[in-house]
Amino acid sequence: MKPKLAVFKFASCDGCQLSLLDAEDHLLAVAGALDIAFFPEATSRMRAGPYDVALVEGSITTAHDAERIRAVRRDAKCLITIGACATAGGIQSLKNWADHTDFIRAVYATPEYIATLATSTPIADHVHVDFELRGCPINQYQLIEVIQSLLAGRRPRTPSHSVCIDCKRRGTVCVLVARGEPCLGPVTQAGCGAICPAYDRGCYACFGPAAQANLAGLTARLASDGMRPGRIAQSLRTFNGYAPAFREESDRLADGRDRVDEVRR
Amino acid sequence: MTERTIQVEILTRVEGEGGLLLKLRGSDVERIELRIYEPPRFFEALLRGRPLEDVPDITARICGICPVAYQMSSVHALEQALGVAVSPEVRRLRRLLYCGEWIESHALHVYLLNAPDFLGFDSGLDMASRYPEEVSRGLRMKKHGNQLIEALGGRSIHPINVAVGGFYRSPRRDELERLIPDFRWCVDAAIETVRWTASFDFPDFSRDYQMVSLIHDTEYPMNEGDVGVLEAGPGPDGGRGAERIPVAEYERQFREDHVAHSTALHSVRVGTGRPYLVGPLARVQLNWEHLSPTARELAREFGFDRTCGNPFRTIVARSIELVHAYEEALEILGSYEPARPARNTYAYRAGAGCAATEAPRGLLFHRYTVDEGGRVREARIVPPTSQNQGQIEADLRAWVPHVATADDATLARQCENLVRCYDPCISCSTHFLNVRVERA
Repeated sequence: MKPKLAVFKFASCDGCQLSLLDAEDHLLAVAGALDIAFFPEATSRMRAGPYDVALVEGSITTAHDAERIRAVRRDAKCLITIGACATAGGIQSLKNWADHTDFIRAVYATPEYIATLATSTPIADHVHVDFELRGCPINQYQLIEVIQSLLAGRRPRTPSHSVCIDCKRRGTVCVLVARGEPCLGPVTQAGCGAICPAYDRGCYACFGPAAQANLAGLTARLASDGMRPGRIAQSLRTFNGYAPAFREESDRLADGRDRVDEVRR
Repeated sequence: MTERTIQVEILTRVEGEGGLLLKLRGSDVERIELRIYEPPRFFEALLRGRPLEDVPDITARICGICPVAYQMSSVHALEQALGVAVSPEVRRLRRLLYCGEWIESHALHVYLLNAPDFLGFDSGLDMASRYPEEVSRGLRMKKHGNQLIEALGGRSIHPINVAVGGFYRSPRRDELERLIPDFRWCVDAAIETVRWTASFDFPDFSRDYQMVSLIHDTEYPMNEGDVGVLEAGPGPDGGRGAERIPVAEYERQFREDHVAHSTALHSVRVGTGRPYLVGPLARVQLNWEHLSPTARELAREFGFDRTCGNPFRTIVARSIELVHAYEEALEILGSYEPARPARNTYAYRAGAGCAATEAPRGLLFHRYTVDEGGRVREARIVPPTSQNQGQIEADLRAWVPHVATADDATLARQCENLVRCYDPCISCSTHFLNVRVERA
């Protein structure tokens, strides 16, 4: 019996599940090895759970979705979050720092729209997650690794070291040291292939905090290079801004001015 | 008269989450709603206060299928606000990047999302057993589009190389030239795609569209032009009969309306209040004369030099654009010179700018106000799918009587098939909630 796969979407851009369809060379093999039981973006045939594996994209931003993720959990033997939204709350979690009352009043001029929660939160804040795949977007090869591991019955191997290691492996000159370019590579988990420094720009932390990241060390360096604390906080508050390590450091730097639109450059 | 309520809980093979509600009395449509339950993500609000350099990286995250479109409309609008011009080399590279996005998005839609409807399958993957050659051709065409975005943008989903003023780095010549042999193969594959999709069995169904697309004097539109509006009617047009509206006038000429039968906002033309169509079907008809030579011949052969109002034939228009995108990409790849500098510098100043570019699904409008410190004060984004939404509902209303005698499941499927022809991107269209915010 082939394992039954389901793909679910919450608040997100669709890019992480697209990574599966973008695995052109492996797609037909994956489709052959798994029983794709629920993947609305790819197929009109939908079958009910239980599922062996649920891939979950997106964050929880509505009361309805907070209920729906519980149902997904009940139906899934193994639940894997794919991407920064599902794993850290995504870019939409910037609203977690905004004034909720103002926000809602501004947005819900007409009350018939679906209610939205004050926050955007990762899946693991709501249900137990068996494995988290980082990235905005996820790395296609890491996704294939996860699927192969599941088929082989082993735990997926994904790196937890920082982007710096991959940059060195790639032979890229350090943009932070050589050019003083603000770069979050030292505190960001590898997985993207260290592409930004290879394109002459600093890393902007698509894969979230690396294990044992020295946030204070890096932000002190950025400050000594002339970057204002508010701007440093803002640079941590992007796609993985609500991940605990980034959240705590950005809150410390923002120093009580916790509204994002008050953070000054 | 029998009453029927037909509900499609989840629209499949579209990007993002939506459903469909139909209420019929006999063969009369009482109510049609394209329902969007994708939760809003408040991008326009999130952008306020951010440095303008963050905008292309953040707006890319509106859509994983067409991030380049969001990057392009945003950098053009911001460059206008800053008064910064880009070099001709950067302009060509941006077109090249856009070709990559049109290719990956169109090939995905043609082969994996839309073709299964015409051939009676639930998915592109299921089609692979009966149509192995076609499916592997489509996957290879899509792969090379993604490789182009990777070479130029660093990665295919949410590319990292697009900057206000240009690119962070110009690719080296060898990074791009190695794509050429595969792109030559792709041109032939795309021509076969046009012939293949044109051979599908299309329902006899036609609409009098008000077609909207960018138009440009000398080239097929991607990054710039005026907004062209072409009323469906007889005779060859090629955009010549189109009304031209400067992009800066967009918000005065098109508005979002609340209509009685739906809670969704619909884009309409100011004055007439009519919905309109954006996307490949409109784009090809307004601009067929500026298609690449092979694509132009195919457009003529398959009747797009005259008005075609059959939404089901959009798959052929999309395939013709694949031919164009590969040919234009080949032309740029073959004569590539790295842009030096890769991006122009600029000084901050307070101001506003707007731009429209052609996303794979149609016109994408952005407007930004920035302050003297380079921060975003206000953002407005109008994605293609929210513009098409009113037209999709109007078309469903006209389509249902053609299929009303079918059982519920078949009728639902027939309606879903029509919705898919527009390649709706619901992840993007949730945006209109924010647009309303801006107006409240």
